[in-house]
Amino acid sequence: MGNQISLLLVVIPLIAAPIAAVLPRGRLPWLLACVVASVCAILAGVQLWNVLNEGTISYELGGWQPPWGIEYRIDALNAFVALIVAVIAAITLPYALLSAEQEIPEEKIPLFYSALLLCLTGLLGITQTGDIFNVFVFLEISSLASYALISLGKDRKAFTAAYQYLIMGTIGATFYLIGVGLIYSETGSLNMQDVANILPSVLHFRTVETGFAFIMIGIALKLALFPLHLWLPNAYTYAPSAVTVFLAATATKVAVYVMLRILFMLFPQGFAMTTPAEELFIVSGIAGIIIASVYAIYQSNIKRLLAYSSVAQVGYMVLGIGFASVAGVTASLIHLFNHALMKGALFMAIGAIIYRIGACRMEQIHGLGKAMPWTFGAIVVGGLSLIGVPGTAGFVSKWYLVSAAIEQQAWISVAVILFGSLLAVVYVGKLIEALYFKPVSDTGKAVREAPMLLLVPMYSLVFANLYFGLDTDLTVGVAQQAAAILGGIGQ
Amino acid sequence: MINATLLLMILLLPLAAAVGIVITRSNPDVRERVTLIASGLIALLVMIMASRFMGGENFALNVFEPLPGIAIAFKVEALGMLFALVAGLLWVVTSIYAIGYMRGHNESNQTRFFAAFAVSISATMGIAFSANLLTLFLFYELLTLATWPLVTHAGNEDARQGGRVYLGILLGTSIGLFLLGILVTWSLTGSVDFEPGGILAGHIDPAWAGLLYALFLFGIGKAAVMPFHRWLPAAMVAPTPVSALLHAVAVVKAGVFTLLKVTMYIFGGEFILTNDVTGGLIWVAAATILIASMVAMTKDNLKARLAYSTVSQLSYIVLGTMMASKAGLIGASMHIAMHAFAKITLFFAAGAIFVATHKKLVSELDGLGRAMPVTFAAFFIGTLSIIGLPPFGGMWSKWYLGLGAVETTQLVLLAVLMISSLLNIVYLLPIPIRAFFGKPSGREHYTEIAEAPRPILLAMVITSAACIIFFFYPDPFYQLAGLAAGGN
Repeated sequence: MGNQISLLLVVIPLIAAPIAAVLPRGRLPWLLACVVASVCAILAGVQLWNVLNEGTISYELGGWQPPWGIEYRIDALNAFVALIVAVIAAITLPYALLSAEQEIPEEKIPLFYSALLLCLTGLLGITQTGDIFNVFVFLEISSLASYALISLGKDRKAFTAAYQYLIMGTIGATFYLIGVGLIYSETGSLNMQDVANILPSVLHFRTVETGFAFIMIGIALKLALFPLHLWLPNAYTYAPSAVTVFLAATATKVAVYVMLRILFMLFPQGFAMTTPAEELFIVSGIAGIIIASVYAIYQSNIKRLLAYSSVAQVGYMVLGIGFASVAGVTASLIHLFNHALMKGALFMAIGAIIYRIGACRMEQIHGLGKAMPWTFGAIVVGGLSLIGVPGTAGFVSKWYLVSAAIEQQAWISVAVILFGSLLAVVYVGKLIEALYFKPVSDTGKAVREAPMLLLVPMYSLVFANLYFGLDTDLTVGVAQQAAAILGGIGQ
Repeated sequence: MINATLLLMILLLPLAAAVGIVITRSNPDVRERVTLIASGLIALLVMIMASRFMGGENFALNVFEPLPGIAIAFKVEALGMLFALVAGLLWVVTSIYAIGYMRGHNESNQTRFFAAFAVSISATMGIAFSANLLTLFLFYELLTLATWPLVTHAGNEDARQGGRVYLGILLGTSIGLFLLGILVTWSLTGSVDFEPGGILAGHIDPAWAGLLYALFLFGIGKAAVMPFHRWLPAAMVAPTPVSALLHAVAVVKAGVFTLLKVTMYIFGGEFILTNDVTGGLIWVAAATILIASMVAMTKDNLKARLAYSTVSQLSYIVLGTMMASKAGLIGASMHIAMHAFAKITLFFAAGAIFVATHKKLVSELDGLGRAMPVTFAAFFIGTLSIIGLPPFGGMWSKWYLGLGAVETTQLVLLAVLMISSLLNIVYLLPIPIRAFFGKPSGREHYTEIAEAPRPILLAMVITSAACIIFFFYPDPFYQLAGLAAGGN
């Protein structure tokens, strides 16, 4: 039974997606999606528990033995990422009801939930599978679903945003596929374990190196690594609120996972060291942290501000990968989890403001902190976590990241990480100042606090930010185990 | 068990008070009663704690363990006890004062004010009782954040601008330098606990120790060592009770207290003395003392002058800390207490003048002393204590600081202390003198002006009396300071 959980995680949302599409309008599709997401979250939790206690789980799809058949192979690393995705989905879906009803035309609501479930299917699938071609399939499922989701945004610019993402995302996926093809031509296998065993003997072929480069660039596009991030700010800005929450907290995280898996497990120990990949990661991580943070400071649309901040945060994760040490990868994974919490909470809070005033530009939110104290509180906590103030989850990330950098004697990275926090102080400060200290407009006075259905999911993430800032058994413990699994790490 | 409960109560009671203040916001009388009761209880509790501590009791508490090997933990030692005692005793006085001030001045958002004030006290207590650098850092940042709404209280552009400088410098230095110092310490020693005698000896190349010390010295922006002192004058846009308790006592003393803790329990006085870690940096503090005093002379705004005076006085403590000798550390520790009582008196008086006359400038105060004798008498006492004359408490800390300077055989440092005392006379003493003996400018005859409301007067009388009492009876502070410094 335990082994089948990995399959159920993919199959349940996959089957539910078309059902949601044909359900009558009203709240039934939402209810179905909610139930499915909650079931997935529970299953993912059980799965992580099993993996931590019993070690790696392997499931052979259709009874075909690997490497010929597709294998779902679960270790602490992907069980952890799957849990993040499923839990975020389970928290986002209750939140989605009201904001979707307001932002999305009624006749499209069943399709909306259907696409959301497909997106969940794809993201969970990526985490479960142990087959590099299968990763591509799920990547496309999640991407296509997210193009559709983004285009549902109320603003007409949502179409261009979705189109931009479609082009960039497709280029990324194609690059990935070309890379997989090249690897396949040398190894004759798609199973990760199998490829990992064969690769050392063919490593000297240029084809393998080319394949590696294609794969890395393809994934870098999907995870919005600076300077390949251009699709992200628009996509996050114009997507419906609930979609922004979901994608911001999960999509880039899954891409980071794929990158880790391929970099440190598929390719043999020290291979990345022989390529310029590590240096490129550090350089683009540093550039991303600084440039995207500076961009964030000058945004007047809050969603876009947070989107640029997300690009910067991806920089932190990639920086951790670039250190190519157990400590660095651990820090990346911790930040991956914590960033999902903080950005989830922040985008939910912004979504609540949009729900009340229909907009989220800096000058329109003046003084709203007093009218919406709970939402404001969520922004404060989320913002502090983003800055990395002690007592919040963000601090734990920063602590491990800086420790990893000090361990490598990478003093420039240390300085950049801390400087990035200071830039975060500026843009979070700007947001809080606008919400609390600017005089409220006349229309602003009539604004009421967001409804409970938005506040409860929001606060579950807010409290998670505080909880995981104080008790890090889960995050740090699992991240350390997961990092240890990635055998290919330098030291 | 009782001890742990006592410790927890001191940490949590102000937080509970903040919640109570918010709940009772519709009824200002009840709300103010919450503040008074909580602050009174805190004063009582810290006194009980101090007496038990002197009796040899131990107070320790572990709460969470967010990072492996580093817990959110509390442990009371002599220096922390001294700091908590000062902050706890002065909170109740300031509360009395604040109620008079805020009402006398018809301030808005009083609920937010009193609630944030209470949270700040809780953070201050957390700093005082921290058992390791991480816990201290947690409350250090909390204190910055909790005092921010107090600085921006007025809500106008000036206040927002002040708030930006305040937050920018304090968060900037703490994240950019202080946190880095903590992380470097952690990576070198695998520990961030405060241990008597320090933890760094043997783990760090003495040549690099000076650099690490610089990270702490400048990273602890609350100590207001130049060039990171700008936040303190910027914070003067806050209502006067905030300037009085937080920006003359709690926040700034949290800074120098942190530096003292780092010096004594992370580096260790012995280590600093044998390796001359602070040899070059000590001049930064000396320069701050002199430059800030000179800037103070140029300020006509009374609160700005007091702020620069605070910057200068804080560096006395920093100077004593970096001497790292026993006398230096005793002087530094005692100056935390002595300067607190004197400077809070001066701020109380400045606020009283503002409430009664709406005057902010030193040059407008001529002749006002006859209309407000109590206020200016208190100001006079505070001034003399700051200068360090007997019979006022300020004399003792200066005495030990001077002794420390003599011990280090750096007579230049002694000269700095002496010159600075003269500068104190120049920029502070004329204020009460002009008030009592000067002639009102123009046609103003202060017939309409009376003293500030009674709670304000009461608070001033208490603190200025304390300045005198601590000359004759400095024992509690001296004993605690001696205990803290005695570790070397």
